[in-house]
Amino acid sequence: MKLDNIYQEEKKSNFAKVSEIIITMASRPSGFIGLSILIFHVVLAFISPYIAPYDFKAINPTLMLQAPSAEYWFGTDDLGRDVFTRTILGGRTALTITFFGSLIALLWGGLLGIFCGLVGGKTDDVVMRIVDAFLSIPWILAMLLIVSLLGTSTEVLIPALGFFYGKGIVRVARAATHDVIAKDFIVSARARGHSNFSIIWNEIIPNVRDSILVEGAMRWSWMLLGFSSLSFLGFGVSPPTPDWGLMISNARGLMSFAYWSVIAPIVGLSSLIIGINLTADAFAKALGIDRSTKAPV
Amino acid sequence: MLFLIIKRILLGLITLFIVSLITFVGTEILPGDACTTYLERQAFGEQLEACYRRLGLNVPAYERYVSWAVNAIQGDFGYSLSGEMPIKEVLGPRIKNSLVLASAAIFIGIPIALILGIVTALWRDKLPDVAISTVTIFAMTIPEFISATLLILIIAIWLEWLPGIVIVPTDVSFLELLPNIILPVIAIAMIMTAHMARMVRSSVIQVMASEYVQMAILKGVPYWKMVFKHVLPNALLPAINVVALTIAWLLGGVVVTEVVFNYPGLGRLVIESISNRDLPTVQALAIILASIYVSINLLADLMTLMLNPRLKTLQIRK
Repeated sequence: MKLDNIYQEEKKSNFAKVSEIIITMASRPSGFIGLSILIFHVVLAFISPYIAPYDFKAINPTLMLQAPSAEYWFGTDDLGRDVFTRTILGGRTALTITFFGSLIALLWGGLLGIFCGLVGGKTDDVVMRIVDAFLSIPWILAMLLIVSLLGTSTEVLIPALGFFYGKGIVRVARAATHDVIAKDFIVSARARGHSNFSIIWNEIIPNVRDSILVEGAMRWSWMLLGFSSLSFLGFGVSPPTPDWGLMISNARGLMSFAYWSVIAPIVGLSSLIIGINLTADAFAKALGIDRSTKAPV
Repeated sequence: MLFLIIKRILLGLITLFIVSLITFVGTEILPGDACTTYLERQAFGEQLEACYRRLGLNVPAYERYVSWAVNAIQGDFGYSLSGEMPIKEVLGPRIKNSLVLASAAIFIGIPIALILGIVTALWRDKLPDVAISTVTIFAMTIPEFISATLLILIIAIWLEWLPGIVIVPTDVSFLELLPNIILPVIAIAMIMTAHMARMVRSSVIQVMASEYVQMAILKGVPYWKMVFKHVLPNALLPAINVVALTIAWLLGGVVVTEVVFNYPGLGRLVIESISNRDLPTVQALAIILASIYVSINLLADLMTLMLNPRLKTLQIRK
């Protein structure tokens, strides 16, 4: 019974810890703005299919390039589709793909990094060489190769982005593991005869979780940037899926007389990226990790 | 010291070797090959085999890799598919154009980043810092294609000050190129400057909080003398590595920016060669871009080693 009590208290304190972090994040103006933007976008992504006033793929030649009006809040594009509808739906695509992509990146990058940091030796050397090699291929070239190899469906984009953006996390997780590996509790766990798996799960992960999570939050914003750049170049999701990068590249040629169809997706994408960035910044600060000294690798 | 330098160079070469393997395998798995793309519908029977023989595709993959690598080391990347031109000749002017673009952005960006970073650090949390930091966050996070599109919309279309899209042949002279590169340079320099300014800021703040700076203040060293003599040399050293990584990361950004402005550089070639399935060119580009990345990082490593006597002795003892 006593054990039960202790266990419950620990659970409660975990919850308290999370809410404390969120409160610390929101107490800074930049963190508050970031969190609000992010929450706004997430909520919008969930409800947008229900509030979208028109069909996002309904082409209407009679309504081509209409200026914003009471009927079409953000005007219409070159195929007569409602820009407002497509803009609020565009966030869904971007958020879904990059969120699950970051999750995959966090999982494989984090676990591989921890494993390499723990075992060290030849395995570590070989894996880190390969990771370095992948890091030195410019992201755009690698992503373009993967996409032209496997196609541009969501099922391909999510693991491809996850794989590609996870390689930087390997380094961070490995460095964080090196920091804790020499500590006494790891040595004693070894002495007690725990397996590598048990040491990773019970001793290392709780100690490196913070820095890996912060890294993951940073990756999220870069992945969004990478994903929308791919769409912009025509290698991301395929039309008529409403996607901001795609919308910007379509509307760009006509922006000298129909600037509204390019402004709306620009505002959507920029605000989401800034929101995620500010949130990641505030998250890092709330956990006491300085991320401004890190380069975007 | 010499041993360390040689070790870094060797590690860089190993990295490049693995990159070449990855790209070779990657392009090897791509569905279709040079001949089926080149011959399109006529890709069968004798014609296909003749093409295989001509391009040397009839030998096993590892043999092709070895001969490709041997030639690539000598700067010969074979023939591109689309124009049937030697890739060397295709790359030459492109590299020059991209180099002009990137170096202009770096030469403009680094001084501005240093000034902004130092100003924001010295006036930390005061008005200049808050204002500049807010702007840098925007400049840093907004994707290149958005800032480039907005630049075209505002400066080229609405104000009509500068040409928005570059319409020059690839092998244009430098002077003709000049008015065309202003907007692309701004687009690239903006995001890079913002990144570097932030790093310089945090680095300066860290040094300002250190004990020897506090000591200098207590001793009554004049403020600006202290900043220039004690703070900056120590603060800028760790920034070198990070700046190198930022520049290397920007290789991707340069690709996107070149596409937006239709700039005849390496970046547009990347997109063109991937769309055309021009695999020999893709391989050459991967190796060249990776070598740029590796050498920038190597240079930064060596610079930090040279400039920091402490690091030198520490690493040797290890």
